[in-house]
Amino acid sequence: MSGTIAWLLDETPTSRMQARLGRLYRLTLAILANPLAVVGAVIVLTLVLTAAFAPLIATHDPIAQSLSERLKPPSAAHWMGTDELGRDIWSRVVYGSRITLTIVLLVAAIAAPLGMVIGAVAAYAGGWIDRALMGLTDIFLSMPKLILALAFVAALGPGIENAIIAIAITSWPGYARIARAEALVVRRSEFVAAVELQGASAWRVIVSNILPLCVSSMIIRVTLDMAGIILTAAGLGFIGLGAQPPVPEWGAMISRGRSFILDQWWVATMPGFAIVIVSLGFCLLGDGLRDALDPRRKEG
Amino acid sequence: MSDTLLEIRNLRVSFPTLQGGRVEVVKGLTFGLGRERLGIVGESGSGKSMTGRAILRLIRPPGRVTADRMDFQGKDLRSLDESAMRAVRGAGIAMVMQDPKYSLNPVMTVGEQISEALETHERIGRRDVRRPVLEMLEAVRIDDPVRVAKLYPHEVSGGMGQRVMIAMMLIPRPAVLIADEPTSALDVSVQAQVLDIIDDLVRSHGMGLIFISHDLDLVAGYCDRILVMNRGEIVEECAAGRLSEATHPYTRGLLAAVPRLDEVRDELPVMDRRAGAPA
Amino acid sequence: MSVEASIAPVPGVSRRQGTAGRRIVRLAQNLGAVGISVFLTVLGLMAITFFIGRVIPIDPVAAAVGDRAPKDVYEATRLAMGLDRPLYEQFYRYCVAVFRGDFGMSLSTGNRVVDDIVRVFPATFEMASIGIVVGVLLGVPMGVWAAARQGSWIDQVIRVLGLMGYAVPAFWLGLVGLAVFYARLRWVGGPGRLDIAYDGMVDPVTGILLIDALLAGEPAIARNALWHLALPCAVLGFFSLAYIARMTRSLMLDQLGQEFIVTARVKGVPEWKVIWKHAFRPIRIPLITVIGLSYAGLLEGSVMIETIFSWPGLGNYITTALLNADMNAVLAGTLVIGAVFIVINKASDVLYRILDPRAR
Repeated sequence: MSGTIAWLLDETPTSRMQARLGRLYRLTLAILANPLAVVGAVIVLTLVLTAAFAPLIATHDPIAQSLSERLKPPSAAHWMGTDELGRDIWSRVVYGSRITLTIVLLVAAIAAPLGMVIGAVAAYAGGWIDRALMGLTDIFLSMPKLILALAFVAALGPGIENAIIAIAITSWPGYARIARAEALVVRRSEFVAAVELQGASAWRVIVSNILPLCVSSMIIRVTLDMAGIILTAAGLGFIGLGAQPPVPEWGAMISRGRSFILDQWWVATMPGFAIVIVSLGFCLLGDGLRDALDPRRKEG
Repeated sequence: MSDTLLEIRNLRVSFPTLQGGRVEVVKGLTFGLGRERLGIVGESGSGKSMTGRAILRLIRPPGRVTADRMDFQGKDLRSLDESAMRAVRGAGIAMVMQDPKYSLNPVMTVGEQISEALETHERIGRRDVRRPVLEMLEAVRIDDPVRVAKLYPHEVSGGMGQRVMIAMMLIPRPAVLIADEPTSALDVSVQAQVLDIIDDLVRSHGMGLIFISHDLDLVAGYCDRILVMNRGEIVEECAAGRLSEATHPYTRGLLAAVPRLDEVRDELPVMDRRAGAPA
Repeated sequence: MSVEASIAPVPGVSRRQGTAGRRIVRLAQNLGAVGISVFLTVLGLMAITFFIGRVIPIDPVAAAVGDRAPKDVYEATRLAMGLDRPLYEQFYRYCVAVFRGDFGMSLSTGNRVVDDIVRVFPATFEMASIGIVVGVLLGVPMGVWAAARQGSWIDQVIRVLGLMGYAVPAFWLGLVGLAVFYARLRWVGGPGRLDIAYDGMVDPVTGILLIDALLAGEPAIARNALWHLALPCAVLGFFSLAYIARMTRSLMLDQLGQEFIVTARVKGVPEWKVIWKHAFRPIRIPLITVIGLSYAGLLEGSVMIETIFSWPGLGNYITTALLNADMNAVLAGTLVIGAVFIVINKASDVLYRILDPRAR
């Protein structure tokens, strides 16, 4: 055991694999040393497991209506009570985790690579291409995200796909900024010059030499942004522009519960707790990752 | 011995490591200081700067300081409460820091920072503080104190910044001055002048000086007595004039690494760091 | 309400000492550059709203007049919008119209959009302004306190509270607040700006009810307005304080790690003075940027909050328009909030440069 740890912490790793595993081990140590980050990791892991095993965890069918059971308070039969159509809120929250996870993953999968490529191209090309791309980035960055997303969905039409597109459109500029900053540093380094001398094309240099080095700061940023994405998606759902009924999206569920907030508080409150906990989990994990991966910029 | 200003016995400073243990950066330091100039020499990382901060009790948690004895003018520094300790800081023991670029507050004028040092320790009116501040600036050989007092730190040169630092630290007339690499951030041309000012004021005020440096030659020429530190321990203690008779292999190694003008060597010897390490 | 945390790094130390004259010239150059950059950014913003309004919809005319409009109205609007012209000319016309204050007619209210916005904006301004005051008065001391006791339980509590600002949906917090503090405890007023009994009793002069009521010599109405402001402002204030506390803490930690803090302690300066005088003074200037960003964020947050509290402000106007597919109103609202956002951002940038002795 101590031999393995010594091998992992070796200052002069002898293989690429040892170096990678060693880095991973140090990262794990740093996160484990930070109790808040551990809480965040546990929450995110729980979200993933809940989404994966929703049918096993849910106690009822999330869309089965039962008018005789409508607006029942939390009880042994319905842990979080029932809504105005007699649907079990616990089961809806559990299934809702699938929608939330889908939204954040798709937004991240669209916005992060898009931002990375734009930032890397801007940094690598320089000149007017850089200025034009960064000008566009700055305009998007100086806009309030929620409002912009609202306007996009208004034009595209309500629905979960359009909500995802709208959120992705408003999220990429942050990633472009980071990728450009990182790429500018890498671009001036000797090894990129060496690759260029070997005759590699600009595109090849960007894809195989510059982008991989932006990944770690990108992961931090994406994790930190997850909460914002969840809140925007829930906000769109709440206004009625996101997921449409009967899909058990958390924001839309709160919206339905709004009319009963004074007497049947649980209808709107329960999905809200889910949003808060999951968003908080991503924030805590992102904070911990940043402290561990990027000690230069603690906090902030 | 009434002449002893500072008496330190078995001083230890440690910090926690990521793996959960603690690493000692100062390991059982013992020395006394009278009205003299004591040099502490060592490589970077030898624990010499931590020694200065530990005496002022400025090592913050999770760092930990222990000592069998830590007396300043007969007062046990270990047992003082925070407010009594604050009275010692500045007025009893002061410290000139390394680089004026970072150790002066960027948004306070030079004059404000010096007068604050005085106001902290003496009941003195806003108006009365001006004269001693200007006098002190003159004492550190600043020609135009009225103008300089109104400047911000970024508006003065490194050498002048360090003179401001000295003025700020000496204005409450401390008994002991710790100078932590006071000239290593400065241009060579102003180093001598700053050292000269410190020397002059320390003599005329009858203070004790702890001069911390990595520069063996400088310390040998400047101080009365020298402690050589390596890996948190004192490995050699001798009078400055007798440094060439030093016996410890680490000190000999340091001496051998100093280049001389009157010699021809292809390569300077590399320090054999195992020499000073406990086996 | 995710606000980009783009705190400019402390400007580079310049050893040059500008004379007063040179300083003014530099300032003028700065202001000129900022003015141009605000103009370009607003232009870019208009390109985005133009794109959203004219390019994305399959039938922009229907988006503007609704699908039940008679044929002749439809055709007249099509020509009035210049849809028979090339795209760049349409954009030019759009810009000219916007700079003249012409955003078209609102489908849902039947008024000119610009009149609607002028009418509803003060309500949003009143709420957001009180919210930011709450945020600054609580957030700054909390951030300083957390940094001063880094690692203690109080630091952990304030950190989690700060993260809550990123994790709690504003609309949900508003709803829960209504359920608890209005319905159960009766500590605060319910939705709307006034009790129904007082509605319409004060003529809008500034549009800010508190001031209007006092001007009209109606302290009872002012008190009632305050009663209704309490909850929405508390909710907005919470988001503002969470962000401000978080940023203050991180700025303070940066400062507390600096050498000049050690210098102050060496001098024997008491700890409260080390914190408030030495560490806090340098961050007052970057804090202006933080507060500016937070204020701009509150304007955005008001969209959700106003919906919950039936607050007749800009946010409510936009969401109502959204649900009625009233694109002129939506885009005008987006443009106004965006422009205010940009101006606040740049203004705090300029203030930063004027106030920092190192940047002068």
